Amino acid sequence: MNFETIIGLEIHVELKTNSKMFSPSPAHFGAEPNTNTNVIDWGYPGVLPVVNERAVEFGMKAALALNCTITQDTKFDRKNYFYPDNPKAYQISQFDRPIGHDGWIEIEVNGEKKKIRIERVHLEEDAGKNTHGSDGYSYVDLNRQGTPLIEIVSEADMRSPEEAYAYLEAVKQIIQFTGVSDVKMEEGSMRCDANISLRPFGQEEFGTKSELKNLNSFNFVRKGLAHEIERQERELIAGRELMQETRRYDETTGKTILMRVKEGSSDYRYFPEPDIPNLLIEDEWIEKVRQSLPEMPKERRTRYVNKLNIPEYDAEVLTSSREMSDFFEETVANNADPKQVSNWLMGEVSAYLNSEKLSFSETALTPKSLAEMINLIADGTISSKIAKKVFRELISNGSDDVKALVEAKGWAQLSDPSKLLPVINETLDQNEQSIEDYKNGRDRAIGFLVGQIMKKTRGQANPGIVNKLLKEEIEKR
Amino acid sequence: MAINEKTVKHVAKLAKLEFKEEDIHDFTEEIDKIIQMVEQLEDLDTQGVEGTYHGITHHSVVRKDEAKLDIDREDLFKNVKTKQDGFIKVPAIMDNGESGA
Amino acid sequence: MTILDYTLEELHERLVNSELTSVQVIEAVYEKINETEPNVGAFLALNKEEALKQAREVDKNGIDPNNILSGLPIGIKDNIVTKDLTTTAASKMLEDFVPVYNATVVEKLAEAGMISIGKLNMDEFAMGGSTENSAFKVTRNPWNLSKVPGGSSGGSAAAVAAGQLPASLGSDTGGSIRQPASFTGIVGMKPTYGRVSRYGLIAFGSSLDQIGPFTRTVKDNALVLNAISGYDDRDSTSYNGETPDFTENIEAGVKGMRIGVPKEYFHEDAKEKGVVESVRAALKKYEELGAEIVEVSLPHSKYGIPAYYIIASSEASSNLQRFDGIRYGYRAEGVKNLEELYVKSRSEGFGLEVKRRIMLGTFSLSAGFYDAHFKKAAQARTLIRQDFEKVFEDVDFLVAPTTTSTAFEIGGRIDDPLAMYMADILTVPVNLAGVPSVSIPCGFSDDMPVGMQLIGKHFDEQTLYRAAYAFEQATDFHKQKPTFKGGK
Repeated sequence: MNFETIIGLEIHVELKTNSKMFSPSPAHFGAEPNTNTNVIDWGYPGVLPVVNERAVEFGMKAALALNCTITQDTKFDRKNYFYPDNPKAYQISQFDRPIGHDGWIEIEVNGEKKKIRIERVHLEEDAGKNTHGSDGYSYVDLNRQGTPLIEIVSEADMRSPEEAYAYLEAVKQIIQFTGVSDVKMEEGSMRCDANISLRPFGQEEFGTKSELKNLNSFNFVRKGLAHEIERQERELIAGRELMQETRRYDETTGKTILMRVKEGSSDYRYFPEPDIPNLLIEDEWIEKVRQSLPEMPKERRTRYVNKLNIPEYDAEVLTSSREMSDFFEETVANNADPKQVSNWLMGEVSAYLNSEKLSFSETALTPKSLAEMINLIADGTISSKIAKKVFRELISNGSDDVKALVEAKGWAQLSDPSKLLPVINETLDQNEQSIEDYKNGRDRAIGFLVGQIMKKTRGQANPGIVNKLLKEEIEKR
Repeated sequence: MAINEKTVKHVAKLAKLEFKEEDIHDFTEEIDKIIQMVEQLEDLDTQGVEGTYHGITHHSVVRKDEAKLDIDREDLFKNVKTKQDGFIKVPAIMDNGESGA
Repeated sequence: MTILDYTLEELHERLVNSELTSVQVIEAVYEKINETEPNVGAFLALNKEEALKQAREVDKNGIDPNNILSGLPIGIKDNIVTKDLTTTAASKMLEDFVPVYNATVVEKLAEAGMISIGKLNMDEFAMGGSTENSAFKVTRNPWNLSKVPGGSSGGSAAAVAAGQLPASLGSDTGGSIRQPASFTGIVGMKPTYGRVSRYGLIAFGSSLDQIGPFTRTVKDNALVLNAISGYDDRDSTSYNGETPDFTENIEAGVKGMRIGVPKEYFHEDAKEKGVVESVRAALKKYEELGAEIVEVSLPHSKYGIPAYYIIASSEASSNLQRFDGIRYGYRAEGVKNLEELYVKSRSEGFGLEVKRRIMLGTFSLSAGFYDAHFKKAAQARTLIRQDFEKVFEDVDFLVAPTTTSTAFEIGGRIDDPLAMYMADILTVPVNLAGVPSVSIPCGFSDDMPVGMQLIGKHFDEQTLYRAAYAFEQATDFHKQKPTFKGGK
């Protein structure tokens, strides 16, 4: 029997605010346990939540970037469940009026484009962290408690692990471009759960789904889903009935493991948060946020290809991060040739960043200095070989004036005939046999002579000019 | 009867409460009376009526995103019964994925 | 006259002209507490050392004649958190709980220079109408020690009625200020929802809870409300508008005012006729004072009780989930795992009435019942609110009995929760609508005080104080002193 795979993703993204969703304590962690917390995060008796404006704005920004409609009369709700990392025993979330709804994004798999619908984007607070000790105790750190999150819930529109992967990648890219989150799965600022079910081709209703948790890397998403498809297929073919269950991807075995079977659905007893009146989002606010949205990767790619004559592949790589894309555009804006800029970014720059594990902002390279360097190559001031030296200097120490740097270091090419001719003639005098060879039609002799000249000038002679002058001088003899 | 002992036990589980087996019967009867009383609301026609979920009708205010810490960890831990190295210590959690976020 | 017979205003005058010092006032308070507490049982904790220290400070710095509450005593209901002073909400759950921050109202009282005397008994987590649900002690009605002081703010009311204190704070979710004020013959105001910050009030029904003052006179009440009102950026439900001076125009009288009398609030067939009769007589008095009496209808009143018990209990079931034995509060001994820690701590830490409400609330929010219970109650609430808005198009305020009876016998209703709930019938609609209401003494029935409530438009406490003051000045019910009947 042949089955169709149905996948929907729930993606949690941590918003990069200064303070928490409902309390003014700092929203960064990595600090000593429980130091970035206050009475509100601890759910002390009597405390009340107050909404962080920027978190709403960031949520809105993400929702707009995902083509959602903003709910102007939005509200918060309580989701009730007991857990040590959830001090109030309710999480403030959004139930029936999420900040954004009915969005979509486009993905591309094997050259085919597809729209994936987004059901909703809602705001909520993150939970703290439990560490499970081997001593029969768990240890609770509430630093993360209250960090603003958005949850992005897709429709069940994906039909393969590859599509899910592409969707996740696209969402990550879009959110990253909005700047509202670091979206790093390995650091937990982006987390993904997947709902997956199979149905015989042609059948309209969905099969029984399982929920996959702990998919905390892009690869786990792909592998976990692939394994789950196999498992469900096996069960269905064997004629067994699937249960609605929550499963965890186990990275060591590459399998999914049963966590629990859902008895009905969990009863979270959602109800409107009485401590927070409904939040009215005025048109002007939405417009302001809309205006602040940067151009998204898809639009940038189109522009790069159509306006800057950049190959599709390059455009794809250049828009893989906001930083790269912005760097590219600024360098081009400094009058460098787009294709050359692209070559450098995809080549030397990326190689350097990868090997040193740095981001653009952590290096001394600026769009201006990169543009200057590329232009010095173009006008022959430096050779592409020397350029690599210049580049090392620019990315590790930086320079405000690349031309001056090149001159000071003596890296400029020798292009002046009055300086090159004595060297050329000296070389010719020393290699009469080569002149003979060349005149007898052995073109290779020229190469030998150029090599000699380069040696004498310690590589600084401009090869093009040397070639031209050399031929002229031979003719004269 | 609006509810039975089974429902009472189910609700108690949600609320993390327990009642002695010998008390369940009486408690169920008592709660049942209360539920029957509140179910008088059934007589009320509320078709098309928006619910009121807040004490006030005005919209919420928002807070500027400014981080501040106004309390020491030591104070926060004042009422904690078991702690270790800056963590709150609790009996082991069987990770059943309940964590909501 | 003793020191404690003075009103806040009179005490202030005496501090200003140096007839009295703050230390003398505070010492008198503790003496009176020593003397009457064995009969009354209003306090759960005393703050004597700190209070006297503050009083000495006030005396040293001299009284600011413009700061009318400076150096004067007040008691605080034990569900309002006070930093470093045990706050229990009268629950075993919080028996040893020491708050690490102050409620906004506590900060505001301190800014006004008031001195906190101690924490007052109540029904556990403010659930009840008799203060019998306290896990720690019984508070008795100073008028008759075999009777309840009402609840849930029974300690706050009894302390003021007994003359231990000129003022105290209570909280009112479904009548918990007005009903005990009425049972003990004093003035108790439930302000408009949002008027007073709830930050630091241990939440019961978050959309209904409101802190308010108890005093013996109307003007004193307005003075304390002045001190605790105002927008608080830590409470999103607090009112972001202007806070008036509640004593302004308080003497302007009721001439030309239109008073609505909601017919649903007058149970002429009630067992205890004295209550309705007293209120009818009070209405006559208002007529004499130049007000016009208009009968009005609040047709959805009878749905108040069911709607209230669903909403308040649902919110409470969620609010009280934080009491899990982990970060603070009672923790059961010898538990084997986390689930047991939760269940045993909560089952042992909460009293029966609290558990009842948690169960009702959890049920009302649970899958399959939400629409018929919680949502339906929220809709009923809208209709109840609209009832008030409609009558206020025509009248300035409403007058009704606060309760259907005077204070009942201790133990008289405790085994019948439903009867206890039904007794809130006249007070809960006000909380559901969010409007302000003040209960003032208006007579006696069988030697027990009768209270009437004046109900106003949203954020129009001023009119209520003005009308209450007019009645008070024309009568002497507020001058009657409790007899401590049955006392030693």
